[in-house]
Amino acid sequence: MGAEPTKLLQGTTGDWEVVVGLEVHAQVSSKSKLFSGASAEYGAGPNENVSLVDAAMPGMLPVINKYCVEQAIRTGLGLNAKINTWSRFDRKNYFYPDLPQGYQISQYKDPIVGEGEVEVEVEPGETITVGIERLHLEQDAGKSIHDLAPKESYVDLNRSGVALMEIVSKPHMRTAEEGAAYFTKLRSIVRYLGTCDGNMEEGSMRADVNVSVCRAGSYEKFKETGDFSHLGTRTETKNVNSIRYVKQVIDYEARRQIEVLEGGGEIDQETRLFDVKSGTTRTMRSKEDAHDYRYFPDPDLLPLEFDQAWVDEIKAGLPELPDAKKHRFINEYGLSAYDASVLAADKASAAYFEEVAKCGDGKLASNWVTGELFGALNKADKDIETSPVSAAQLGELISLIKDGTISGKIAKDVFALMFEGEETGSPADIVEKRGLKQVTDTGAIEKIVDEIIAANPEQAEKVKEKPKTMGWFVGQVMKASQGKANPQAVNEILKKKLGVE
Amino acid sequence: MTNPADLTLAQLRDALKAKDVSSLEATDAYLTRIEKAKALNAYVTVTADKARDMAKASDAKLAKGEGGPIEGVPLGIKDLFCTEDVLTTAGSHILDGFKPRYESTVTSQLWRDGGVMLGKLNMDEFAMGSSNETSFYGNVVNPWRREDGGNTDLTPGGSSGGSSASVAARLCAAATATDTGGSIRQPASLTNTVGVKPTYGRVSRWGVVAFASSLDQAGPIAQDVRDAAIMLKSMAGHDPKDSTSVDRPVPDYEAVLGQSLKGLKIGVPKEYRVDGMPDEIEKLWAQGIEWMKDAGCEIVDISLPMTKYALPVYYIVAPAEASSNLARYDGVKYGLRAKEYTDITSMYEETRAEGFGDEVKRRILIGTYVLSAGYYDAYYLRAQKVRKRIFDEFTDAFSKVDLILTPSAPSAAFGLGEKTNDPVQMYLNDVFTVTANLAGLPGASVPAGYDRQGLPLGLQLLAKPFDEETMFKGLFALEQAAGANKRPNEWWA
Repeated sequence: MGAEPTKLLQGTTGDWEVVVGLEVHAQVSSKSKLFSGASAEYGAGPNENVSLVDAAMPGMLPVINKYCVEQAIRTGLGLNAKINTWSRFDRKNYFYPDLPQGYQISQYKDPIVGEGEVEVEVEPGETITVGIERLHLEQDAGKSIHDLAPKESYVDLNRSGVALMEIVSKPHMRTAEEGAAYFTKLRSIVRYLGTCDGNMEEGSMRADVNVSVCRAGSYEKFKETGDFSHLGTRTETKNVNSIRYVKQVIDYEARRQIEVLEGGGEIDQETRLFDVKSGTTRTMRSKEDAHDYRYFPDPDLLPLEFDQAWVDEIKAGLPELPDAKKHRFINEYGLSAYDASVLAADKASAAYFEEVAKCGDGKLASNWVTGELFGALNKADKDIETSPVSAAQLGELISLIKDGTISGKIAKDVFALMFEGEETGSPADIVEKRGLKQVTDTGAIEKIVDEIIAANPEQAEKVKEKPKTMGWFVGQVMKASQGKANPQAVNEILKKKLGVE
Repeated sequence: MTNPADLTLAQLRDALKAKDVSSLEATDAYLTRIEKAKALNAYVTVTADKARDMAKASDAKLAKGEGGPIEGVPLGIKDLFCTEDVLTTAGSHILDGFKPRYESTVTSQLWRDGGVMLGKLNMDEFAMGSSNETSFYGNVVNPWRREDGGNTDLTPGGSSGGSSASVAARLCAAATATDTGGSIRQPASLTNTVGVKPTYGRVSRWGVVAFASSLDQAGPIAQDVRDAAIMLKSMAGHDPKDSTSVDRPVPDYEAVLGQSLKGLKIGVPKEYRVDGMPDEIEKLWAQGIEWMKDAGCEIVDISLPMTKYALPVYYIVAPAEASSNLARYDGVKYGLRAKEYTDITSMYEETRAEGFGDEVKRRILIGTYVLSAGYYDAYYLRAQKVRKRIFDEFTDAFSKVDLILTPSAPSAAFGLGEKTNDPVQMYLNDVFTVTANLAGLPGASVPAGYDRQGLPLGLQLLAKPFDEETMFKGLFALEQAAGANKRPNEWWA
């Protein structure tokens, strides 16, 4: 756990604490919508994926999509949360052209998923636990388009009725980094589960960011008592659709709120919008203009009930999740918590790593994947699924280092050849073909060592006084052998010949 | 031969099967009558061409000895049911020009079984009313008149006033209707027809314009109990498109008619004796009790003390749901859009101000109010708790009795305009019927007699959930005993 004092923000009148909670909307990866059979695919032409129900034609009725319910349960289990076998849908009433029914079907009082928690790695050595308040299912609205004509607005109902999971955290994040790390972690979990594709550009995942500030020490009182009056008034910044923006919103809002409070002002409980260009937030709707949504149970739908056996069945079919994977990587391969979490965060990376680790050295595999491979991929703007070097190749390459066929240095060269596409196929063949095999024949190395010592008598004398300067000889021998000499053998022979203890 | 439009549905069905009459002949006979009955204003839309086409198709099937249970029978459809490519108004201005591209489950089942659509029947706007005076398309006039020599136009009841009037005046063989607080049973009682509201979940709500989703249930208004049984069999059944529809087999209701009632226990709730109820209704109720005794039933005095809360609960729950259900009529997608507006908010305001009538606005206001922050617990939540107690009370009562016998309505048909200025007086019309909606029970009204002025009066039977069969047995016995099968004079023709 990070030390509390690092989480304080200094103002002109004293120290402040920042408190952050996120409401994340994750679109369920489902072929059809939550209450209608219309397609939920992204990218169709305007109003092509609209059923009579989505358009709120008179007399149309919603019917729950079982697949979406299953995805919500899967996600709930992935958040280590309580699954409510009895839940209910409510209507949230408000008028807007892209809301054809005049209400959104959501879950207000009785959500399908209750409290849970997730582990979040903020940075190497710092892991926090963020509480989940709830997860509920709801319909997405359509889209209003105002810039197609000067006096008219258009409505596209393709998204109308698409299933969303709203995942509400507890106010357990204390910095912009924690907020961003939590958002990242949620994305990782839903992608692992396959319940949401996590595609933020397409709007599959977006966050409403709640931020408040309070005087140093108040948060601790809140934590002890659960009494929200210890916290400051919060603002909610809507529809933030990238991890970087979440960070910016929290930083900006915290600073802005402290400034307002220190200037003698008050924070309004309001809804705000994030302006990507300026990196600032501005008022969207003040409290006075807040809707009275007139929630009430949707009489067109029966309560959502299922038995525990179904939940257990779903649970049994869950894949290994990032946290479990991380802990297994630590235990099984001896990785550091940070390396393990970096590898476990993404399903494809984790699978790649495990394939490489079949070489028998998990730590070395981890170093190669997070170091050489990630670096190269980053530089080439490629992702792990399209890596030019396969996990099998990398594993074999590491095996060649381990059995002394090549040195680490040569391995990097071979890796680069494979990554650039200059060589394909088995690394062992590449090494063979290019004559890169390490020289372990001590006779051959001794010969080179003798020659170099003979050519540099002064240097050889110096080593006897300053043993550290032997490194120069190592370099010379490696150079003369074109990097192929076994470094360990070179070291031993040099020591012997130069008389270094 | 007799006019085929004078036959009951069952008689016509049999005559059609026997080829004594063709569907086209029957259809034309009805269309002629409808043409002459404009004064009743029972139809909003007459689909003459469609009716003749459907009749011809039925005749073709009948000629081959094929066809469904009601093949070739001309029916009237309450304008709350969406009918494909046929104007569907719900009695409201706001649905101007709305022609659905889909057919409600109920009507599609009627067509599946051979029904012929004559047209769409007038009704209170969005089914909100008890006198058919809130329709944008004008009042429906009851075919029945007082025997006082006057020509006072009376209400056919509501909201299914077009259905009750058209069946009473033989402007269709039978009609569909819907009942949210009594809208099938009260109009039936006022027009000497049989009205059946089935158990909630028995009939699909898909494609029926919603008023109050947890209370709405479709059923028939028919000339007699047999006709109602035949209609309900075609209308009922599970529909996966309606989540509140219940998956259980539909019995043959007609088959139980005439079965003995011996040993059945009939509950008589003392709380249904209300202040100001005409003594004729009181007497009729007592008579009904005697008829049931004569049929071999045991009479059991029961108490339903929550009854007095039923109307207040109803007038919270129904408007609350309606305020949300009617939000979709916003001028954006279909129906009316106001011509003059400045922005989206004013478009909503102008459209809804123009498109909804006073009663609908009143209920939207009530519903919006009772769901508002700070009032929800005091009104909506409390009403739901009382509703649950009403249900429990009925469950308890039905552990002791098989049917409950009550009057259908607190008065005979009243004059149009008599109660329009006093909504609460109007709401009291539903005092005997609304409990069945709140508890989801089946209930039905059967003609039982006439008041001093010769106006029809009905008796109501309530039954256990999904026990429509026992209810039909009881209705048939009452019908036989009462013999109240007079027809109104055709003063309008």
